[in-house]
Amino acid sequence: MLGQKAFLSGNEAVAAGVRLARPHVIAAYPITPQTTVIERLAEMVEDESLKAEYLHVESEHSALSACIGASAVGARTFTATSSQGLLYMAECLHYASGGRFPVVMMNANRSLALPWNIYGDQRDSLSLLDCGWIQVYAEDAQESLDLIIQGYAVAEHSDVLTPMMINLDGFVITHTYELVSLPAQQDVDAFLPPFRTVNKMDLDHPMSLAFTAGPAYNQAFKQLQHQAVLAASKVILETEERFGQLFGRYYPGLLETLFCDDAETILVTLGSVAGTVRPVVERLRSLGERVGLVRIRYMRPFPEAEIRKALSGAKAVGVLEKDISFGYEGTVFTNVNSALMRAKVMPPRLLNFVGGLGGKDISAIDIERLFLRLKSPDDGETVEFI
Amino acid sequence: MIEIRFHGRGGQGAFTAARLLGVAVTRFDNRYALAFPSFGPERRGSPVLGFIRIDDRKIADRSSITRCDVVVVLDDTLLEPLVLSGLQAGGLLLVNTVSNELPLSIPDHVRAVHVDATALARQYLGRPITNTAMLGALAALSEVVTLQSLLAAVRHEMKGSTAEKNAELLEMTYRALGGQIT
Repeated sequence: MLGQKAFLSGNEAVAAGVRLARPHVIAAYPITPQTTVIERLAEMVEDESLKAEYLHVESEHSALSACIGASAVGARTFTATSSQGLLYMAECLHYASGGRFPVVMMNANRSLALPWNIYGDQRDSLSLLDCGWIQVYAEDAQESLDLIIQGYAVAEHSDVLTPMMINLDGFVITHTYELVSLPAQQDVDAFLPPFRTVNKMDLDHPMSLAFTAGPAYNQAFKQLQHQAVLAASKVILETEERFGQLFGRYYPGLLETLFCDDAETILVTLGSVAGTVRPVVERLRSLGERVGLVRIRYMRPFPEAEIRKALSGAKAVGVLEKDISFGYEGTVFTNVNSALMRAKVMPPRLLNFVGGLGGKDISAIDIERLFLRLKSPDDGETVEFI
Repeated sequence: MIEIRFHGRGGQGAFTAARLLGVAVTRFDNRYALAFPSFGPERRGSPVLGFIRIDDRKIADRSSITRCDVVVVLDDTLLEPLVLSGLQAGGLLLVNTVSNELPLSIPDHVRAVHVDATALARQYLGRPITNTAMLGALAALSEVVTLQSLLAAVRHEMKGSTAEKNAELLEMTYRALGGQIT
């Protein structure tokens, strides 16, 4: 059966996706800045269109802790956060990934204090890239909704058992209304069976969970965790294929490429700004310019092989990102550069553009300037702010 | 691509106007739209903006709207040269005001139309909320959207007597500005 269409914000699309995924427990705290995702979910639980336990806790730290506890008895869990709230969860992020609890969380990418600012950039999640979670970045509301449903299938997969952070650019996706296809419940039920895991407290099959491991064993657990995130790459592809067959929307894996096969100049970016790059690339192509776009979807697991393949023929590559590791360069750039260095396929020019911090607009004209900049022979600064 | 900016004060429904227009063109007209508010804290009475991009194909670009085909002003206390910012040659400035003259010098390349939507809103809604009235005016004065799609959107998004009163206000404003009933 075909689903319905609706004119929804990114937040509302996420809430709709969560309802379709039938979580048992939702825990959230309305910190500033929170999102309307948790308000919509509270309304759904209130009107019983979503049968879940809604825990209104006293902090983001407690919200994720509650999800971990619920996941440890085999419940499917959801929470949403943003910016400072995500940072307040930092300790628990490692508990969730280390304990192999497949919590799914939506994060609205917003700037970090100080100066105080609630607008969009990606410093919040990228500063927590090493917390052991799968990290994915959406471009629009439809992809956000679909990622929630796919997210549970990936996170709960027995080869993965790793929590997943689904990132939406604050305001630009979260508060923007657009046309969204809502999958039918019975199709989602067929795609996403109830959560089953052996990694839970069960009186009939008692086992140790969330335990201590000293120097003799600790690293072995960390290696298993690393393998699980790497294993997610394959599971993501399989999940997207299955999703496409059922819902008719196919996704391109860990990254998406546009005109990269013969492109001389390529811009690499992630999140909603890719939507601004897209029409610029199409326009420059129509003028005969050999330009291309790489949109990184997953930062963890990182699309190392895909990056090499997409960029191997390029003469100039720019990495555009909304974050910076102060005193060095953008974190996305560090990752892209490392993938290229290891394969010894360095493009003659590789530049790092940092923009959009604290919600600063990145326009189509800015993007055209970046493509022009990539053609000039000046190697410039380590980081160029736009 | 059509780009429109709505100016209002918090509580007057400027963003709701953009969102309703989005519902009208996407759900009832098979087009695509991105509708978004001026981002940031929401405060009743403070100046707010609503934006919409409309196109026949899926819209990828989510950067700020800087050029506009239409500017709609719900509250004439907001009239200052800034409301004309980005309005293209041949663009439409649509203002809700009781006054017969706009306290603003309008460039020759802009078509300015004013309507006392507050009076119509008081008459049909019993309160001075003019966002649906201004959408009726927009349908009468431009090719952006049809009356039928707007009425369908209002009935889809609002309930009961609120929906019917707003639909009536929208249609009456459309007629008052010379919109033809087909």
